[in-house]
Amino acid sequence: MIEARRLTKRYGDKTAVAGVDFTVRPGAVTGFLGPNGAGKSTTMRMIVGLDAPTSGSVTVNGRRYARHTAPLREVGALLEARSIHPGRSAFDHLMVLAHTHGISRARVSEVIELTGLQPVARKRAGAFSLGMGQRLGIAAALLGDPQTVMLDEPVNGLDPEGVLWIRQLLTGLAAEGRTVFLSSHLMSEMALVADHLIIVGRGRVLADTTVQDLVRDAGGDTVVVASADPGRLRQVLAGPGVGITGRPGSEQLQVTGLPAREIGIRAAAHGIALYELTGKAVSLEEAFMELTKDDVEYHTTVRAAA
Amino acid sequence: MTATLVAPKAVAAAPLKVTGRRVARAEWAKLWSLRSTWITLGIGLLLLLAIGTIATLQFKSSTSSGKPVDEDFVGATAHSLALFGVPFALIALGVLGVLTTSGEYTTGMIRSTLAAVPRRLPVLWAKAAVYGAVAFAVGAVGVFVAFAISSGLLSGTDAGMSFSANGVVVSLLGVGLYLGLVGVIGVALGALLRSSAGGISALVGAFLLVPGLMSLLPKAWRTEVTPYLPGNAGESIFALHHTPGTLSAGAGLLVLLGWTALALGGAALRLKRADA
Repeated sequence: MIEARRLTKRYGDKTAVAGVDFTVRPGAVTGFLGPNGAGKSTTMRMIVGLDAPTSGSVTVNGRRYARHTAPLREVGALLEARSIHPGRSAFDHLMVLAHTHGISRARVSEVIELTGLQPVARKRAGAFSLGMGQRLGIAAALLGDPQTVMLDEPVNGLDPEGVLWIRQLLTGLAAEGRTVFLSSHLMSEMALVADHLIIVGRGRVLADTTVQDLVRDAGGDTVVVASADPGRLRQVLAGPGVGITGRPGSEQLQVTGLPAREIGIRAAAHGIALYELTGKAVSLEEAFMELTKDDVEYHTTVRAAA
Repeated sequence: MTATLVAPKAVAAAPLKVTGRRVARAEWAKLWSLRSTWITLGIGLLLLLAIGTIATLQFKSSTSSGKPVDEDFVGATAHSLALFGVPFALIALGVLGVLTTSGEYTTGMIRSTLAAVPRRLPVLWAKAAVYGAVAFAVGAVGVFVAFAISSGLLSGTDAGMSFSANGVVVSLLGVGLYLGLVGVIGVALGALLRSSAGGISALVGAFLLVPGLMSLLPKAWRTEVTPYLPGNAGESIFALHHTPGTLSAGAGLLVLLGWTALALGGAALRLKRADA
């Protein structure tokens, strides 16, 4: 469990994280989503104590990360930037970290096997491909058999095989009941693995939600329906859990909470002729863009052709 | 993937916990798992032995030729000739000390290190202790062997001297102590400046350049200040004869320890306060 309370980080006069509150609950994959520069990496660095918050606090399983007697047992972190000495072999790198906690050599061999690093374990990490470097980072994160696994942009720059491997790993970790917290700026990637979503933009939490709720809130299951008598149609469709909006004088109604098929059947049963019946599907990507459109740091200006 | 994905099959013998001893064990493993450690320590050792031996041979050939002795060799003994390589070994051992900490920052390893030991300070103490001991051992072994060589080459001459001569063993151990502390100061400077170039410059400046700048000071100040510089204080730890204007061995050691504490204190402050 990770709890952030009014967590704030300022660098000079630039605010990277502006008083965020969130809770990452155990036993689920929580996605930390936001455009580049939203403060995701800074937040993750504060969780493991690499950066000190300007104000506010963040705790791991009830106390600050640094106050745990065996920190690697609490959180295993893969940070975005490479955190490996290129002159050291993969095995030696893991062994060094293992020594600090009294983790056995057998466990080092285990995580090497788990991440498929056996063929290169004795090679200098500086010669690793991006994918191999990422596997080594994950091996280090899993070393202490942590309750929480935190990964910053784990699929960035990976080939499809590597992406698939990470996806399966994350699903497997969550299935074991671990807390998985991962960041990405790609909604499509998140949708495949995350149960819960924390969406940030410009250092603020924009939404703390689930994948389904996000789509619904963005108007994902809205049906647009038009008829000659919207007032009567309104009465026919009204019911618990059904939301109906429409402008006075307009033939159109926006209906949520009822599938298009059901609307059609009810209208027919009451003899109301429909002119239009359209399900308005919103993709996750659109829902995300809609939410963060005001919070991306750099906008692309599209100029109309003259 | 199965449900026993990352759960360890190998059960740890003792409960997982970060201790000072374990952090030191990790730093020991870190040091020896890099090729540059072996190379630099080898160079340090080689410089001590080779330069001492060359100086001794040079001295021997110039005295036996009957020509007037070179200015540098006036009053030379097996002891002083064996120590010719010390300033060069100082650079090699000091630079490696800087690299043990600055390298963590330049490579990004520091993030892994501090994620494993988020209390941070144990890392600095462990590095200083482990590397200080290694630099001491290499320095001490180097000068003992260098002295054995020059002592053997000069035996029977006026400059000859043996291990049993007054103060020799203590002085040679003093050289080891000096180089060990130089190593610790290197570790501290690397952690303080977080840059290899900066740390090495600061180290070389403090030990080799600042003494040269002393000639710019008024003479009265110069004689007051010079003995307390890290290099001068360090050299008085192993001097066989203390001339006026230099510190005694004990005072020299105390002054160098003071410099070491200052550098470590600065490094500790930055490590604890600043973001990694």
